[in-house]
Amino acid sequence: MAQTTRGRTAAAGYLFLLPNLLGFFAFTLLPVLASLALSLFAWDLFTPPKFVGLQNFVALMRDCEFWYYAYNTLFLMLGIPVNIMGSLLLAVVMNQKLRGIVVFRTMYFLPSIVAGVGTYLLWRWIYNADYGPINTMITNWFPRWLNDGIRRLGVDWPPQWLTSVTWAKPALMFMSFWTVVGGYNMVLYLAALQGVSPELYEAANIDGANAWQRFWAITWPMVSPTTFFVFTMSLIGGLQGGFEQAFVMTRGGPAGATTTLGYYIYNHAFAWNHMGYAAAIAWVLFAAVFAVTLANWRLGGKVVHY
Amino acid sequence: MKDEVKLKRTARKTAAYLALGLVGLFMLLPFLWMLSTSVKHEGDVFATVDNPIRALVPARTEWRNYGQVYHTTRAMGGGFGRWYINSVLVAVVVTLGQVASSACAAYAFARLRFPGRDKLFLGYLATMMIPGAVTMIPNFILMRKITEWLTAIAPMIDWDTLRAVSLFGRTYDAGRLVGLDSYFALMAPAMFSAYGTFMLRQFFMSIPRDLEEAATIDGCGLFRIFATIIVPLSKPALATLTIFTFMGNWQSFYWPLIVLTQDSMKTLPLGLLSFMGLYSTQWHLLMAGSMMMILPMVIVFVVGQKWFVSGIQLGALKG
Repeated sequence: MAQTTRGRTAAAGYLFLLPNLLGFFAFTLLPVLASLALSLFAWDLFTPPKFVGLQNFVALMRDCEFWYYAYNTLFLMLGIPVNIMGSLLLAVVMNQKLRGIVVFRTMYFLPSIVAGVGTYLLWRWIYNADYGPINTMITNWFPRWLNDGIRRLGVDWPPQWLTSVTWAKPALMFMSFWTVVGGYNMVLYLAALQGVSPELYEAANIDGANAWQRFWAITWPMVSPTTFFVFTMSLIGGLQGGFEQAFVMTRGGPAGATTTLGYYIYNHAFAWNHMGYAAAIAWVLFAAVFAVTLANWRLGGKVVHY
Repeated sequence: MKDEVKLKRTARKTAAYLALGLVGLFMLLPFLWMLSTSVKHEGDVFATVDNPIRALVPARTEWRNYGQVYHTTRAMGGGFGRWYINSVLVAVVVTLGQVASSACAAYAFARLRFPGRDKLFLGYLATMMIPGAVTMIPNFILMRKITEWLTAIAPMIDWDTLRAVSLFGRTYDAGRLVGLDSYFALMAPAMFSAYGTFMLRQFFMSIPRDLEEAATIDGCGLFRIFATIIVPLSKPALATLTIFTFMGNWQSFYWPLIVLTQDSMKTLPLGLLSFMGLYSTQWHLLMAGSMMMILPMVIVFVVGQKWFVSGIQLGALKG
């Protein structure tokens, strides 16, 4: 009796799992293995694939463009700590017992919800060098001596933003600050802050600690698990990211200044039909993501207080 | 003394509101520019640029721009109307499929014992870390080659033709059955998600087993238990996954970009992009198009905000 029940449960288990499992095999597991195999071939989809061993990876290490785009990717990731600190700061301000917090939270969350082609187009307009609102403000509202002074320093001013090799990356970083600062990370921080016992702050007040001291002695260590989680996820996202906004806003330009590794994979795979080479880059990227995750795991215990 | 404390608190609250309001303005200002540009007369888009704040108020309000977007793109394989239908169709089918398949799988992982269960679950977890680009290349090759392969296996069906369907006396492009430029390619790979399965499994694990045990004693089958106990008790988690999946698919860009070439098969983000390619200086129309694309998301978000916030926390706690 017990045997048949167990057998029936097992059969039901496979049955419940089946639809998802089939999809998982077909569109995730097999493709992962296929792309690993693919990275050992040269294939343009038209002629038969040619086995090249590790040559794709060797070529990649010598590929100057690859290293430049890796640099771009890391450069864009410099915005991550700023974004995270911004989210924490916002959460701290919002965590006081104020009325109407939901309204503010909705407003702040909005950019991260609708982020996509629509907002990238919008920021293309905002960064428009001749007519965009930002440059209009700089030209009309900044005092003349300031604008002239900056120009005399040899800075291209007002900036050409998305068409300038110097300014394109900061422009994208600022846009992503706007996108993410009030988003997921802030909501997570808000939840973490609500879990901090008010008694800790009261005790600190009695000891005469000021706001600055309270923040670094109580808030910062108490939210460190959230910081750790948010930072890890942002690193993983940052390593892979950058394709969509660059594709819509700059096409990776000017002169490759906004091409990230994710974009480079797109170019090789879907613009130039270098399937094997693209798969090799994707696996190198995977290795980087894996290394970051592993390092964070190891490090986690040391930086998270409590 | 007491007054001083009160005064201090009022001052702090005022400062907090002021700061929050300024940040709110920073968040909303771009959207206000978007909205105001979208209703401007073509000639006014650049006319009042000397003051970007004053330019928020259009000199002439042209709601017609929204209709204009629709008419201008008509020639592009049906244009905005068609892209809207495609987006809704894909997002709805994918969301339903993903939530249903994830819920079933999550139930199996959370409650049913069978050989290999934990190993399979570990496999699901492991793949969540893999960058999308890794799987996208073979998946693209599959879509690209599948018509050839199927023609070799089943030559009686013409796999490579672009189909059309007749509805209400008109014919509409319907793409291929499978492969590039097909609804199959848009929907199938997106319907199965390790993340959704993982999230729901964690939620199901937190449901007490008492009810199920009582139901088993009453002779309830496993499917009845799933449908009448687990699903109703998991409404919050299911709602969260539904909203996340829908929004993610509404904005989906990379995958449609590589499997679509026909204008008539495009979803909104792609349609908007090709619209931009042709009308890159018509900012009033581009902004009207963007508004139309993000509006459903804003509505879904404002309505489903509760599920959203709890969902973020659920995902993070377990991750």
